[in-house]
Amino acid sequence: MIESLLEICYLIASVTFVLGLKLMGNPKSARQGNLIAAAGMGVAIFGTIFLHEKEVPMVIYALIGLALLVGTVAGWITARKVAMTKMPELVSLFNGMGGACAALISLIEYPNLKHETGALIAVLAGLIIGTVSFSGSIIAFMKLNGSLNKAIRLPKYNIINTIMMGVVLGLGIIMTIVPELNNSINLYILLGLAVLYGVMFVIPIGGADMPVVISLLNSFTGLAAACGGFLYDNKAMLTGGILVGSAGTLLTIVMCKAMNRPLSNVIFGAFGGGNSSSAGDAAAGGTVKDIQISDLAVLMNYSRKVVIVPGYGLAVAQAQHVIHEIELLLQSRGVEVKYAIHPVAGRMPGHMNVLLAESSVEYDKLVEMEEINPEFSSTDVVLIVGANDVVNPAAKNDPSSPIYGMPILEVEQAAHVIVNKRSMNAGYAGIDNPLFYNPKTSMLFGDAKSALTNLANELKSLD
Amino acid sequence: MEALSQFIAEHINLIYFIILSIFVGVEVIGNVPTVIHTPLMSGANAIHGVVIVGAIYVMLHLKTDDYAGLITGFLAVLLGTLNVVGGFVVTDRMLEMFKKKK
Repeated sequence: MIESLLEICYLIASVTFVLGLKLMGNPKSARQGNLIAAAGMGVAIFGTIFLHEKEVPMVIYALIGLALLVGTVAGWITARKVAMTKMPELVSLFNGMGGACAALISLIEYPNLKHETGALIAVLAGLIIGTVSFSGSIIAFMKLNGSLNKAIRLPKYNIINTIMMGVVLGLGIIMTIVPELNNSINLYILLGLAVLYGVMFVIPIGGADMPVVISLLNSFTGLAAACGGFLYDNKAMLTGGILVGSAGTLLTIVMCKAMNRPLSNVIFGAFGGGNSSSAGDAAAGGTVKDIQISDLAVLMNYSRKVVIVPGYGLAVAQAQHVIHEIELLLQSRGVEVKYAIHPVAGRMPGHMNVLLAESSVEYDKLVEMEEINPEFSSTDVVLIVGANDVVNPAAKNDPSSPIYGMPILEVEQAAHVIVNKRSMNAGYAGIDNPLFYNPKTSMLFGDAKSALTNLANELKSLD
Repeated sequence: MEALSQFIAEHINLIYFIILSIFVGVEVIGNVPTVIHTPLMSGANAIHGVVIVGAIYVMLHLKTDDYAGLITGFLAVLLGTLNVVGGFVVTDRMLEMFKKKK
């Protein structure tokens, strides 16, 4: 009786995961979807604890309760407190926790199950995948929060990494086939190698590609969870894990498509490779011209149509509220204002939408790339705030550029292009931008927040 | 070879289950607008936190004198909880903003 109740709990959880993920695919129902999946997760967790048939010592219940309590409080507070701009690295960190959880389960279960081949495969696979996901996510986290901001590449790192992967898988396979080598010492060697492989896998990949990497590691953790599900014949773990594994893989591919680069290119890295600096030098040169805030205010005030191109720099400077104020000011003067959102603006696809939504910019003002590109030729002023690579014309007309082929916002079609930047430093991808030397372009140097606040004040005084 | 075919015969239901789940995952994500990629990834991230069920299950079967196991299991449940709670809360926070707009 109790056992079938537990199975029903897992069934409910599985259905809510599928349903939740489906609803999350649409902005209107997304929040509801997330809550449904969360409720299902709650059913699975409490079902596992309270519908357990055997007598369990109180100490163990107390330990589980304590771990749940501490994890809930810590997770809740971190997730609530973190700034919206830090979202991507937080997701990466949580992903790493899940991977580590899967790996720890394998460590505990290994001594009990090492003589059953099927279970052993699940244990070892869970250990390898979970560990790689863990150490990889931690590196991705460090890269995104800036404590590790250079892509470190060993010479011939592709070959080294491939060999490394072979060694990890090889050791795992040998442990399942040769009983004499199936022991705890080798298990810990395998653990160590998997940690190392996760680090080596992510470390050569440039910061701009981290979203893709996180999405990939996300699907890895899904697979690790599925291994656990296979081990215990637990349907909730299986559905949840495999769902995330396959959906995550597809999402990764879709993200790569948005950047117009194959996944292999991201992993085996052509980005920011050796030739990028020379390509940058070739494009550089020419002079840039500045614009005064007062001139810009007048220019915008008497425009018919202004398009704002927000980038991560806007978010870092916390300028999303000021930009919204400028938008409203211009609108009150009869200027048509829109935001052009590049698919990979910010640090993750769709990240910019979240950031602007936070400052209550209206949803229909955010226009996606394909729709806004034909509009630039009828635009008077394009204001680019803290974006760089997504407006770099080199992606269109310089085959030697590392971002060649990436679809961009074609801002140079507009009558005036204003670029707000802190300095002439290159963007996140580390490449120079010929747009800045375009005769139509004027630079507005300075921190996004203070420059835009001054602009807003200037606009008010024009009334 | 024999071992393999025996393995497949033994777990045929599970194998069906896995393959069909893969298709469900792919179907569910198909044709999603870019806008929603970040929250979706974050939501998927929370869902794989279901691995915590395994961690709890392991804990329930441990003996009280298995200190190493208890410590590892405790850590596993803790990390799993962080994944689940943090994941869902962060996703909710992102999606909250989509809702305000209407």
